[in-house]
Amino acid sequence: MQSRVRDKIVRLMLLSAASTSILIVVLIFLFIGREAFPFVQQLGLGALFNDRWVPVSFEHESFGILPLLTGSLVVTFIAIVIAVPFGVLSAVYISEIASPREREILKPFIELLAGIPSVVIGFFGVVVLGPIIKVLFGLSSGLTALTGALLLALMAIPTIITIAEDAIRSVPMAFKQASIALGASKLQTIFRVTVPAAFSGIVAAVTLGVGRVIGETMAVLMVTGNAARITFNPLESVRTMTATIAAEMGEVAFGSIHYSALFVVGIILLLITFGLTMIAQRALRKYRRY
Amino acid sequence: MTPKPKRKRSEAVYFWIIRIFNYFIVFIVGYIIFDIVWNGIGAINWEFITGIPRKGGAAGGIFPAIIGTILLSVGTVVFALPLGMFTAIYLSEYAKTSRFTRLIRMAIETLAGVPSIVFGLFGLGLFCLFFGFGQSLLAGCLTLACMVLPIIIVTSEEALKSVPQSFREGSLALGATKWQTVRKNVLPYAVPGMLKGSLLGISRAAGETAPILLTAVAYFLPRLPQSVYDPIMALPYHLFILATQLPDQAKVRPLQYGTAFVLLILVLGLNLLTIYLRVRLRKKYRW
Repeated sequence: MQSRVRDKIVRLMLLSAASTSILIVVLIFLFIGREAFPFVQQLGLGALFNDRWVPVSFEHESFGILPLLTGSLVVTFIAIVIAVPFGVLSAVYISEIASPREREILKPFIELLAGIPSVVIGFFGVVVLGPIIKVLFGLSSGLTALTGALLLALMAIPTIITIAEDAIRSVPMAFKQASIALGASKLQTIFRVTVPAAFSGIVAAVTLGVGRVIGETMAVLMVTGNAARITFNPLESVRTMTATIAAEMGEVAFGSIHYSALFVVGIILLLITFGLTMIAQRALRKYRRY
Repeated sequence: MTPKPKRKRSEAVYFWIIRIFNYFIVFIVGYIIFDIVWNGIGAINWEFITGIPRKGGAAGGIFPAIIGTILLSVGTVVFALPLGMFTAIYLSEYAKTSRFTRLIRMAIETLAGVPSIVFGLFGLGLFCLFFGFGQSLLAGCLTLACMVLPIIIVTSEEALKSVPQSFREGSLALGATKWQTVRKNVLPYAVPGMLKGSLLGISRAAGETAPILLTAVAYFLPRLPQSVYDPIMALPYHLFILATQLPDQAKVRPLQYGTAFVLLILVLGLNLLTIYLRVRLRKKYRW
């Protein structure tokens, strides 16, 4: 009988531990919202739709988020355009083409890439990639949107590979056997049967990759040059939302309108990544049906 | 020798193209690691590892940063590991497919997707200001714990799921309660896998910069923290400052590489350990 009671208590404890995750998510929204609220109250959300981010000024501060938004979008777009072919083809290679022994080496190696701290990748960007970009395009500075995008592509690739590989591998053997039996070659089977069957998993992989890229802070802070202006030229300096928070939070007075504005940027980031997570999970559930 | 059919040959070409894509990534990873190690190893000496920084970081060692990073990552796991393990046990062994369970899973997925800088803002708002911990080791550990929680949950749950169902059924059939079954017949086999999760968590916490930037670090603090309420130095943040804020970059380059090297060795060492563990465990347990 006693063990029954203990069973109940343990169950309750485990349940409350599991509920903590929900609590943390609620607290994140609550506390970032709380610090962001003064901005909305005093200036209104309309103040965000402005093309000037000049948080410190003698005459007129301006908290237009558009340059930060376009900065993030430009960098993310280029990074993903580069990362998707590399990520998806590598996933195809590892799961379908590589020999088992090759796979045993390749997978951990790519996981190693995911383990390299973003600040180290950023440092590599500053001392190696930046100068290369500078010379290659004849610029005055190697700190550009493109430099940041290349580093971010590198950071999104392991995410894309891991999830896409999982999706491709979970396509039932019977699909492939049927295709081969009908006379298709291995290549045809991969690209006409296996990859389409794993498509929703690949979509999830790319979506999570986008989330990773848009939320990355240190590498972009170090190599994109941080000029808050609207541009779609990858060879110019840009400033992303994440870099803005990281760069300015250290110098801002707690409780000021600038401080609150940074939390507004944070909540926009939070909402974007939350949306991406939901899309990705939806796609993942689809492929797990097999 | 008969010539290969045409289709076979063009197929081989495509496979080679795909292979090149893959090995290009491998090459880049290898090159980054090589560059850091090659240039970093020369900067390493006894004074650099055990000395305190001087001249605003432009000279001297990185000892307080090493200690700070170790304290941060260990403290993070102390908070996150029990919580993550219990959550995983609940999800894997107890949870039914109810609406509430789905909500828990959704929360974990959400946490996994939150950008690290947003965790920093959250930690600043909740731990530093609301709880009044200020910029401190404690606030940093708690913030990082929230961030690594999903990693620990997911790896621990995988470890539990890989224990065969028959282990549970046998124990339940003998009249053991659910908890007895879990504790005696499931957990012992899952612990090594959970260890892997905590190592990944430590390495992630050790390498992160953005969250501690807002909650825990001070750049120049040439002494060790005296209590958990003290701010600390940390390797990733130190590297960030050395690489972006100091004048005369050429002169501090060896210090930058040295710091990057120590950080990389610390983080990748932990990662390699988890890979080693996985390979060994797969050989040891085979059901």
